[in-house]
Amino acid sequence: MMAGFYTVISANNLVKKVVGLNIFQTSVFMLYISMGKVDGGTAPIVADGVSLYSNPLPHVLILTAIVVGVATTAVGLSLIVRIKQAYGTVEENEFQNKDDAI
Amino acid sequence: MAVLIDLVLLAMLALTALRVIFLKDLFTVVMLFSIYSFLSAAIFVSLDAVDVAFTEAAVGAGISTVLMLATLAMTGRTEKESEHSSLLPLIVVFVTGAALVYGTLDMPPFGAPDNPIHEHVAPRYIEESPKEVGLPNMVTSVLASYRGFDTLGETVVVFAAMIGVITLLGVRRIGRQEEAETTGFIAHEVLRTVAKLVIPLIVLFALYVQFHGDFGPGGGFQAGVIAAAAIILYALVFGLSPALQVVAPKFLMLLAPFGVLLYASVGVYSMLQGGNFLDYNQLAADPIAGQHYGIIIIELGVGITVFAVMLSIFYAFASQVEGANIK
Repeated sequence: MMAGFYTVISANNLVKKVVGLNIFQTSVFMLYISMGKVDGGTAPIVADGVSLYSNPLPHVLILTAIVVGVATTAVGLSLIVRIKQAYGTVEENEFQNKDDAI
Repeated sequence: MAVLIDLVLLAMLALTALRVIFLKDLFTVVMLFSIYSFLSAAIFVSLDAVDVAFTEAAVGAGISTVLMLATLAMTGRTEKESEHSSLLPLIVVFVTGAALVYGTLDMPPFGAPDNPIHEHVAPRYIEESPKEVGLPNMVTSVLASYRGFDTLGETVVVFAAMIGVITLLGVRRIGRQEEAETTGFIAHEVLRTVAKLVIPLIVLFALYVQFHGDFGPGGGFQAGVIAAAAIILYALVFGLSPALQVVAPKFLMLLAPFGVLLYASVGVYSMLQGGNFLDYNQLAADPIAGQHYGIIIIELGVGITVFAVMLSIFYAFASQVEGANIK
């Protein structure tokens, strides 16, 4: 989680920032799913002979979160492509001085 | 034994994430992200979250990686050195990490069945959902029935992402045949033969996942992504122009809103029958049958929209890459 956070803050290239953001997101999902696990339980699909299930509610929440995450990643990456076309670069230290090169 | 597997997976995960920070070659960074996503899908399986693992593997290791690689094709492969020092980010990260670890010290023991999270709502869903909804997969019954409104919102978010990407990037029309270079790997015998064999199987698997989401892991999202992956494979091997002719962008732009409309119209129909919005009990004489109809139809709507959106986004990125190459 912290590795992803560090990459988001300190990476120079915008694509690497998006990668760091995704790593951050995935590790947050792991945190939530680990809270739902029950020792000795199984996946929350009804089956004969099983009485103890893991909690299905965090799974539902994280399913939605993953899909929304990929939606925002797609929009973010297309913004990066547009930035590249407008400024010619996606390195943070290069386009900060380049206002309105369009 | 299970603990050992978890530890090994977590160690590999940490190594992958740490390596991402220091690499300047962005292609490797994206590949490491794909490995990270796949490892986390394995960890989800060992944490009993099979639906989540399925979605994470399909979406994270699949679609996200393809889109990032397409972006890299346009923005360049290496990262340049940063000018400011990394001391402040390090301090911020340490402070945040310490605060998070301190917060987790208060958490109840991992996996205990009587944790507070398992009181209240969860036992009610685990016990009542086979009787009220009648599906073996509890995650699908919560996602599609009890929390169906959230899933409608999620489908609309995915649709909005497609609108955003198409507005920003645009999709190339089919008519420009004179610019059609041979892209793809059509000259490569092995890829072509294997792709011809595998693509119908992928589509079949996507349909299986779609309709079996009630009985095992799966459902609309995973099925939509897998079906989109089949067409993406076709575009990668045989070239973008043939793929644009097989599944035209205009067709996708009709499909995506159709899925959302299908979902919402199930809700409106149940209102017209006298119930609440998205109350599936109104859809048939027997409430349980009504639940089954409702869930199958809305999962179909979700699958159609996700397929159309993922493929449109890929077309948008790929047309940009082609445009860059031609210049």
